[in-house]
Amino acid sequence: MGAHSTHAHGHHHHESFITKYIFSQDHKMISKQFLITAMVMGVFAVILSVLFRLQIAWPEESFESMKFFLGEDYVDQNGLLKPDRYLALVTIHGTIMVFFVLTGGLSGTFFNLLIPLQVGARDMASGFLNMLSYWLFALASAVMLFSLWVESGPASAGWTIYPPLSILEEAIPGSGLGMTLWLVSMTMFIASSLLGGLNYVVTIINLRTVGMKMTRMPLTMWAFLTTAILGVLSFPVLVSAVALLLMDKSFGTSFYLSDIFVGGEALDASGGSPILFQHLFWFLGHPEVYIVLLPALGITSEIVATNSRKPIFGYRAMIGSILAIGFLSFIVWGHHMFVTGMNPFIGGVFVFTTLLIAIPSAVKAFNYITTLWKGSIHYTPAMLFSIGLVSTFITGGLTGIILADATLDIPVHDTYFVVAHFHIVMGLSAIYGMFAGVYHWFPKMYGRMMNKKLGYLHFWLTMICGYGVFFPMHFVGLAGSPRRYYSYTEFPFLDHVQDLNEVITFFAIIGGLAQIVFFYNYFYSIWNGPKATKNPWRSNTLEWTTPVNPGHGNWDGPLPVVHRWAYDYSNPEHEEDFVPQTVPLKEGEHGH
Amino acid sequence: MAGHVEKVDAATAWGGGRSPFNVTYGKMMMWFFLVSDALTFGGFLISLGFAKASADSWPIAEKVFFHFPFTHAELPLIYVALMTFILIVSSVTMVLAVEAGHRMDKAGVQKWLGWTIVGGAIFLGSQAWEWYTFINGNEHGMATLTWNPYLPENPGEIRYTNFFFFVTGFHGFHVFTGVIINAVVWLQVKKGIMHERGHYEMVEKVGLYWHFVDLVWVFVFTFFYLV
Repeated sequence: MGAHSTHAHGHHHHESFITKYIFSQDHKMISKQFLITAMVMGVFAVILSVLFRLQIAWPEESFESMKFFLGEDYVDQNGLLKPDRYLALVTIHGTIMVFFVLTGGLSGTFFNLLIPLQVGARDMASGFLNMLSYWLFALASAVMLFSLWVESGPASAGWTIYPPLSILEEAIPGSGLGMTLWLVSMTMFIASSLLGGLNYVVTIINLRTVGMKMTRMPLTMWAFLTTAILGVLSFPVLVSAVALLLMDKSFGTSFYLSDIFVGGEALDASGGSPILFQHLFWFLGHPEVYIVLLPALGITSEIVATNSRKPIFGYRAMIGSILAIGFLSFIVWGHHMFVTGMNPFIGGVFVFTTLLIAIPSAVKAFNYITTLWKGSIHYTPAMLFSIGLVSTFITGGLTGIILADATLDIPVHDTYFVVAHFHIVMGLSAIYGMFAGVYHWFPKMYGRMMNKKLGYLHFWLTMICGYGVFFPMHFVGLAGSPRRYYSYTEFPFLDHVQDLNEVITFFAIIGGLAQIVFFYNYFYSIWNGPKATKNPWRSNTLEWTTPVNPGHGNWDGPLPVVHRWAYDYSNPEHEEDFVPQTVPLKEGEHGH
Repeated sequence: MAGHVEKVDAATAWGGGRSPFNVTYGKMMMWFFLVSDALTFGGFLISLGFAKASADSWPIAEKVFFHFPFTHAELPLIYVALMTFILIVSSVTMVLAVEAGHRMDKAGVQKWLGWTIVGGAIFLGSQAWEWYTFINGNEHGMATLTWNPYLPENPGEIRYTNFFFFVTGFHGFHVFTGVIINAVVWLQVKKGIMHERGHYEMVEKVGLYWHFVDLVWVFVFTFFYLV
């Protein structure tokens, strides 16, 4: 049985509304389902962040918006946000953003859309598992949102759910039903991610069309393949961590619990170690950073090359650095734990491995810049967001070098300096990559174009507000503000950064509202945008050789045959400034 | 798929239009799934090692697991060794089932897959008895998730029973699902579905899972009972 024979199905079989739009097995529809679900989750996460920013900026004021968005349970009789609910907002914001928007949303959308189209396959290896992956994701999303309104409140121990806080209901009410729902939701999410990941890896390895050598694949595919492998290797360890946590929480075991007193009373449990959880969690947690970031970098590689009308600089170095980042991401988790009393020698090893990541990261950053260098740059909204990503990747990366060093990390550990770092390097970068991808591939998703001017407006508002929020945060952190504090008014030494906190909140509100521009543009363009042409960006990759609105099966005729790499832009031997991968080599032409 | 091996160079194998490893997507997915599942077990076993290393004292397996059915003799670890042996034999019968599938020998697949199911069921039954004996405990009480009677000098160390129930339970659940899946495939073989399909690849895939579950038990046996 050849790998391809099962996928030679035609695309004229009848589909009902349900099989086409709801329980679809078409990778393109599943991609849109992921994107729209992630957008809904993103709206919730942004609203939560604005609400807790209000609390940080004006801790003594009551806001009607709290009650409006969150309900009576979240505020006390004076109309102030309850302290434990503040932690709940932070927790759910982080969880949704990291897992549901930037992992499920980013990977789910673009892996599903692009993998079959860019490797030249009719669909994913298993359409059924792909569908199952989306529906588990949808269910997980619903449970996570539902947990916001259970009576004892949602999970409140931070998105890293460190025990013992996440286990002991006596310590914080959110560790009751809310935490259980969090665990249930994340279990479904991990199952979804596993099914998706298996599909992505196998499709790229097995279903490349004739001529699509590994070294001819667009860098998006290399980034996605590496990301999917990271997911398959790291999420199962989160399963271990979470399963043991659930046992501790619900069945009285003591894997993570030690001699603990709550309200003067000793708990039964003893012997366990919360540090064990941190090791298991960050063994996932650090690769997770790259699961979020690598797809965005892959998307950027593609968009930067296309819109500079130049081959990507250092194609093989880019592949090498993607693989190096992927490998290194598994041996650096200890840098999240410098203050746990870790042996300084082991800390030193983690400092070394962490600093090594700067090398492949710098290779990528310089290659983007050298690709732009002397290019004939087309400033599409996608291109702007990609350049924005390069910017945030560098700014956030620089503070990463600081934090990698244990001696520098320890003083700023768990302050807003860290919050600023990871929001810029992973939050902003990944979300810019996601926006870039949406603007770039919208014509392939819906056969229509998004509005360019609104795209520009959206970009500049987002870019300014992004830095407006996270740049001042470095100073707040260096001044000594610990993260996850309900209010800083009790600490006179932080009085002078309270103004900065107000500035940050101001930018957060504007930045949140700016996304309305994007939503309007997106949904308006689905039905009313100008009709797209087959290859609007004059790009080389295979997805632009399909019809404007490809059916289930993608290509009407036989599968395309690939003759060259994806980056033949401005090739002097050709008249046009782009040469699609399907164009055969000219006589005497040197191919990749 | 079986029997003939075509020789191709690496450039052709990876050149697109074919599977570089000459396997179907389903089998490759199974491999990646097993890698993933292995890491979950890895997480548990590393946690076990972490607990053992950080504990003040830890029960000695020979003094806990010395029971054997129908006798009062002290036979340390003999029973669990027998369980292990049965599970490994069921892996051998699985190999024979896969091999029979390659020859399109329906009766052979049925026979050997059948024995594999029997082996898995015996293992599960044995594990039930093992749990029963373990829970029964000793003069210091019954073993539960919150009480460890096997370490009277350090009664707070309940992680021993925690890990026993959790790790062997999680593995037992894998064996249980394996037996169920094998039984479903056995029924499909019996109905001739595989024969009509022209290959017994499904037997190979569940075979991979079965060998994996056995292999994991070898590690559980090593790290929980022996080390």
